[in-house]
Amino acid sequence: MTIDLKTIKHISKLSRISVDEKKADKLAGDLNSIFDFIEKLNELKTDNVEPLTSVAETTLKLRADEVKSKNLREQVIKNSPKDNEDYFVVPKVIE
Amino acid sequence: MSDVTKKSLSDLVENIKNKKLSSSEVTKAFIERSEKSKELNVYITEDYSNALDKAKKFDEKPNFDLKLPGIPMAVKDLFCTKDLRTTAGSKILNNFIPTYESTVTQNIWKEGAILMGKLNCDEFAMGSSNETSFFGNVQNPIDKNLVPGGSSGGSSSAVAAQLTPITIGTDTGGSIRQPASFTGTVGLKPTYGSCSRYGIVAFASSLDQAGPMAQDVKDCALLQEVISTYDEKDSTSINFKRNEYSKELTKNIKGKKIGIPKEYRVDGMPKEIEDLWKKGIEYAKDCGAEIVDISLPHTNYALPTYYIVAPAEASSNLARYDGVKYGFRAEGENLIDMYEKTRSEGFGTEVQRRIMIGTYVLSSGYYDAYYLKAQKVRKLIKNDFDEAYKKVDAILTPSTPSSAFKIGEKTNDPVSMYLNDIFTVPVNLAGLPGISIPAGHDAKGYPLGLQIIGKAFDEQNILNIAYAMEEKINFKNNITDWWIK
Repeated sequence: MTIDLKTIKHISKLSRISVDEKKADKLAGDLNSIFDFIEKLNELKTDNVEPLTSVAETTLKLRADEVKSKNLREQVIKNSPKDNEDYFVVPKVIE
Repeated sequence: MSDVTKKSLSDLVENIKNKKLSSSEVTKAFIERSEKSKELNVYITEDYSNALDKAKKFDEKPNFDLKLPGIPMAVKDLFCTKDLRTTAGSKILNNFIPTYESTVTQNIWKEGAILMGKLNCDEFAMGSSNETSFFGNVQNPIDKNLVPGGSSGGSSSAVAAQLTPITIGTDTGGSIRQPASFTGTVGLKPTYGSCSRYGIVAFASSLDQAGPMAQDVKDCALLQEVISTYDEKDSTSINFKRNEYSKELTKNIKGKKIGIPKEYRVDGMPKEIEDLWKKGIEYAKDCGAEIVDISLPHTNYALPTYYIVAPAEASSNLARYDGVKYGFRAEGENLIDMYEKTRSEGFGTEVQRRIMIGTYVLSSGYYDAYYLKAQKVRKLIKNDFDEAYKKVDAILTPSTPSSAFKIGEKTNDPVSMYLNDIFTVPVNLAGLPGISIPAGHDAKGYPLGLQIIGKAFDEQNILNIAYAMEEKINFKNNITDWWIK
């Protein structure tokens, strides 16, 4: 299998990472060598194997929906790259 | 003063308890040595003046019943520390100040330890050489031109150079054990679910574990005892009976069955590693252990499995970095453009590569062929270990397929970099505990490590085996302080 530039563009769109031509070329090369390496898994027959999703053999616990931390609004907002003290500010979304 | 930093954690605790040393004296000594060691580039963020204040406060009102009384410590910059910048080695978190503390670090401060600062690491813990950090590579105190391993490279370098008496790292595919092996130090990756993941910047959530890195096994056991707690804030934290690892530590491992997996004799493995392994087997026998040949037939499939599972989980975990709520933002013409530029400029090359791999294997039409396939193979890998543990109590392998390599040597070839983790990755996939202990040197005088892998929740057993073998090995690190002018 080979990953072409069109596929790289598609993945970069899904990943929300902008990629220019030069970077796309380099990524295609890297990803192809990594996928060559990954293809090894096809040697194994796994039709009757259950997938392992977690090694922790626990069921998720339920808990009461309670607020446990103090109101950290101010500190949380302070971490944002752009805000107006009350809200996060992003480029205009709705015309 | 310089003698203070040479002491092990256990010695320092003893000295502070007997009032031979104050917390301030110890903290000052490590800070002074760190100030002279800037060339190693182990710190991303120093917090020295707060550390000295805390040490002074401890000395004014000491509590000697604590397990880490007034002990200064630096930690990997992947642990969120309240009010102190936490970057994960990334530009995208360059200015992030957490509003909460990770459970693991909280456990450490509760026992009296004092934070000195945050240690360098590969960006989002993705790397085996600390070269993917936005804050520059770290030097291995063994030799100026060598990588310290990764991703916990700042941590391994800082412990080996005696800039912190002990530290914590995180291990997703070998990020504690490989750097420990490269620097002649001890590193433990605990059982998945043993240490809380709450407040650790997430990489691959089904694999990530925090663990101690130390000069010796006893110190490692003591820190493991402190950091391993059940935590309801981590939904995969497991409530099991935890040992008092340091108190229950024993060199008596008579009759323990130790497995030697034949599949770990990989093609092209240097003779030095093969010899080290043979020596390790002899040491284990000398300690009274019984050696048993075992098979882990799917070993060769562990790395390809890992390079599907880990990037898939990473691509999902790292979706949160969008330049809106925290971290770096690049301006864009519209919202989508802002996201795309932020992530393109904010993440480094390796992180982008892994997000892309992960996105691809999870994307429509490829999910079954890659991700589901990898989860099935992961099951086979875990089954291998389950079978082996019907016959043995622990497994002995080399920690890495080579000693530390040169800075820049593998940066252009991702696959050759990934091969570094060939002996450590299966342990994460199966969720088991593994410890790397220094066991010898190669011809160049660089340290080599042996790995002891245990059954799930059997940290005490592998610590005991490591403790017994450590005495027989009697390893001495060749560190000359070349970086101190």
